[in-house]
Amino acid sequence: MSSQVDRQWTTRLRRRSFGRLPPEKMLPDTQPSYVASWIYVFGVATISALVVVIATGCVLAIFGPEWWHVSNIGHFVNSLHLWSVEIFFFCMVIHLWGKYFMAAWRGGRAMTWITGMVLFLASVVTALTGYVSQTNFDSQWISTQAKDAVNASGGGAFFNLLNPGQMLMWHIVLLPLVLVALVAAHVIMVRIKGVVPPFEDDSVAATRAADVESTGAPQ
Amino acid sequence: MGPFLLAALVPLNHPDHYFQWHFLEISAANAIVIVLMVVTFIAALLLPFPGRRGRKGNP
Repeated sequence: MSSQVDRQWTTRLRRRSFGRLPPEKMLPDTQPSYVASWIYVFGVATISALVVVIATGCVLAIFGPEWWHVSNIGHFVNSLHLWSVEIFFFCMVIHLWGKYFMAAWRGGRAMTWITGMVLFLASVVTALTGYVSQTNFDSQWISTQAKDAVNASGGGAFFNLLNPGQMLMWHIVLLPLVLVALVAAHVIMVRIKGVVPPFEDDSVAATRAADVESTGAPQ
Repeated sequence: MGPFLLAALVPLNHPDHYFQWHFLEISAANAIVIVLMVVTFIAALLLPFPGRRGRKGNP
């Protein structure tokens, strides 16, 4: 009976998940002292801005283009959506610069860095589909200019910037799902691997590991 | 009243200003955002983080 339970996919998935990311690691009580840095504040601010982007986007989806073009409250929510996107990119780029100069991919953290980079690129595509979904002259201008770049890359066969319905669906369904999944993956990778230590801590740790390897005992 | 006052302070009803240097061209608005990001990044590196001194290390 127990071997049957052991073979169940739910049992195996639970053991594997909790083995790699136990609850005390997922939601830790303490963090290393070097996590007290503004660079991580900008990472969290990026996620906070994304929450506002999604919430205001939901309101825009409820009432539609005529509302956001004509009514005062529609203008206001439309502006909240735009400015939270501006803050989202502003904070993400500062977080990205900081992590680049920290060489945050050190110590087996390549996937944390890669999920962050792909998140940045996917955000650019999401913003582009948002600009061409405004339903105004600005969106017409941007779509006619940007189509040439997409067509030159060969992507125009399935990603047509002159198709407003397709662009709106990418903007409000597919790409938000991708972004939320990437944010979740990025945060989980940070929790599993931990935050990258400063360079001096990293070299001390490497020296200790080399000492242990050569003498069999820590120095 | 509010929107009109703001419009008077920041007149936006005109073509963008552009900076041009050889083949490089950038709008004033985009240049301002990039400068603000660089300034904020430098401030994030230099400004002390609140409560860091009293924090216990737990690496």
